[in-house]
Amino acid sequence: MSKAKMSKTKFGVIVFPGSNCDHDAYNTLKHILNQDTEYLWHKDSTIGDRNVVVIPGGFSYGDYLRCGAIARFSNIMKDVVRFANNGGIVMAVCNGFQIACEAGLLQGALLRNASLKFVCRNVTLNIENKKTIFTKAYNWKVNLDNITVPVAHAEGNYICDDDTLKEIEDNRQVVFRYRDNPNGSLENIAGITNKKGNVLGMMPHPERASEDLVGGHDGRYIFESIIDHLN
Amino acid sequence: MYSAKIKVTLRKSILDPQGKAVEHSIQSLGYRNILDTRIGKFVELKIDTDSEQEAKKVTGEVCQKLLANPVMEDYEFEVVSVNGKK
Repeated sequence: MSKAKMSKTKFGVIVFPGSNCDHDAYNTLKHILNQDTEYLWHKDSTIGDRNVVVIPGGFSYGDYLRCGAIARFSNIMKDVVRFANNGGIVMAVCNGFQIACEAGLLQGALLRNASLKFVCRNVTLNIENKKTIFTKAYNWKVNLDNITVPVAHAEGNYICDDDTLKEIEDNRQVVFRYRDNPNGSLENIAGITNKKGNVLGMMPHPERASEDLVGGHDGRYIFESIIDHLN
Repeated sequence: MYSAKIKVTLRKSILDPQGKAVEHSIQSLGYRNILDTRIGKFVELKIDTDSEQEAKKVTGEVCQKLLANPVMEDYEFEVVSVNGKK
């Protein structure tokens, strides 16, 4: 099913002070998927010519005040919000998901895990919607209904109010759900998109499950979906 | 000069597991009548203004924009004049 002439997608991976999954994302995009990938420094005022922005995991600004609360006001995020509002593709993982919620790119918020513990293990996610920009390859490239990817977080307990929950469920914005909920999140939600479907936020780490060397490659098809979408 | 004392807590409708853990610990000390423990944050700011109204306005704005996330947190604050105390 591979397409003969795919041009390289221009990915930008944001680096905040305290980001640590920026390298995993960069490695997956640049070295596994062979895409045009650059880091974007948090002080930059523009994302330049990038077609896709990845807001990576980590502990931006030491998680001070609230996870993502300070990163959301960094210079680069102004341009990311502009880009997303114009339909640009943004993928926000773990701390990135927290930042995207704080920035208003996604609805809801991420609370301390119900267990109060940092959870670090593989989890299985049901793919709830395979028609999104981020999940279509699970239909055409591999036929998977669930994927195994790692989580590593202490604040992944997704919440939103009842009206918002109804809205995101009705619009099929809930993309991934945990089979065995590691953090107490509402309705086992692991990942959601915005209403337009161009911004994905998820707590688990697909960039850490993109080659068999690290134990599995189920996560790789999220990136392949994006690349396919832009070709 | 004004000083603002701000309390940020999880909204009442949200379970506070940290508060629960501390509550269990307090009860294990024998204080069976201590209930409903909740944990929050305390923030203190100094505001360079002579107007109480202005002090309240900027404190409210900072709470809404940054210090509290309205999806999960409530805040309350008081402002006190600290004129004459530098």
